[in-house]
Amino acid sequence: MNIPGNLRYTTSHEWVRVEADGSLTIGVTDHAQEALGDVVFLELPDAGRAVAAGEAIAVIESVKAASDIYAPVAGEIIGSNQEAVDAPEAVNADAYATWLFKLKPANAADVDALLDAAGYEAAIG
Amino acid sequence: MPQHTPLHAAHVAAGARMVDFAGWDMPVNYGSQIEEHHAVRRDAGMFDVSHMLALDLAGAGSKSFLRGLIANDVAKLVEPGKALYSCMLTPEGGVIDDLIVYYLSDTTWRIVVNAGTADKDVAWMQARLAEGGFDAALTVRRDLAMIAVQGPNARAKTWSALPGSEAASAGLKPFQAAAWGDFFIARTGYTGEDGFELTLPADQAAATWSALVAAGVKPCGLGARDTLRLEAGMALYGNDMDESISPLDAGLAWTVDFSDASRDFVGKAALLAKPASRQVLGLVLEDKGVLRAHQAVFTAQGEGETTSGTFSPTLEKAIAMARLPLGVAVGEQVEVDIRGKRLKARVVKASFVRKGQALI
Repeated sequence: MNIPGNLRYTTSHEWVRVEADGSLTIGVTDHAQEALGDVVFLELPDAGRAVAAGEAIAVIESVKAASDIYAPVAGEIIGSNQEAVDAPEAVNADAYATWLFKLKPANAADVDALLDAAGYEAAIG
Repeated sequence: MPQHTPLHAAHVAAGARMVDFAGWDMPVNYGSQIEEHHAVRRDAGMFDVSHMLALDLAGAGSKSFLRGLIANDVAKLVEPGKALYSCMLTPEGGVIDDLIVYYLSDTTWRIVVNAGTADKDVAWMQARLAEGGFDAALTVRRDLAMIAVQGPNARAKTWSALPGSEAASAGLKPFQAAAWGDFFIARTGYTGEDGFELTLPADQAAATWSALVAAGVKPCGLGARDTLRLEAGMALYGNDMDESISPLDAGLAWTVDFSDASRDFVGKAALLAKPASRQVLGLVLEDKGVLRAHQAVFTAQGEGETTSGTFSPTLEKAIAMARLPLGVAVGEQVEVDIRGKRLKARVVKASFVRKGQALI
């Protein structure tokens, strides 16, 4: 199971990287891409959108099914990955290199409540 | 506990992603569903379809029983081994199941039904047999495995994997089958490509599967099976029809045979009393997104609904089968509700890809 130790996770299978400036980079986990199968479509949030923790803000569709992607914490969207929208199969090729959106958290401490790698591994075990 | 086919261990050993399908633990893919899909369109792939149920029907009354049981007419089968696709209907004209009947002789027939409906199908058939007092007996063949080998190179690779099988099967026309030792080889399938469906003793399934892998046939899961059948415009029981809908409204009028006015069959009166009120057509999404089942379709003639939808790996576009109001024509533009947004789609015939070629 590929679960990098330097990232934080949600039980809804998002990974979160805390950047030096405090912003968050977010994608879906390797476990999620494997469960979804071949990803063919992404609908990502626009920059400037205010989001609540746990709000469904993006959609990932594989050949098999559509799934929601949730905001791990409250904040404001500050960017989304257009390259991934144009080539969604990148999520299957490398789920951790393929970020989906960036978020400026309303409260930096909220990130501490997310799972660490061991916690996520336990959650999907 | 989900049931296992005779090939279950082979799937698990190959690293397949397993899912529950109609009570069976089945492979959905062995890695990439899209690669498996392309293997069938371009070369050869195979599916474990042992969850489907083979039935043998034998006895002097078999033919008259079948003529009354199903909506297509087995009387048109005269060549040994010829297959017929048909719906089996309720008295109200709903679809109990879609099935294939193989004519072996006037007194021996092979029937293949869907996994999810197998129990109710057998119960229904036994009840009709008893009710009509037919001289015919139905035997459930859970001792058999089924492997569908599909693709432009499927027949040649089957022959190379199973020495001696070519002589028995090279002369088969589409929708025809022949016995080969303990095997039953049918030139049928559910992908829109050429190929065989092999029915064989369960204890020979694993060795046959391995021989086919060695001959270059790619194992494919139910995921690819669904995208292939949808591209080919083939209906899936439970999605595109069920007991709540008449075959005339489900795009299956071509499988209902009214030509012999003297023949009665279960559901006939109901179908005659209620002509088609909808038609089944294809949709190709012109905006970005993926069509799925049960999305509302808005047309100039009123509302319709998708019954199956997916991303088509061959066309690299979203496609769907949809039940639409009568009067909607091929070429028209319609709108589909996807998560609250109305996206543009084009109406096409409900057959998108056959024999590797795009039809739209």
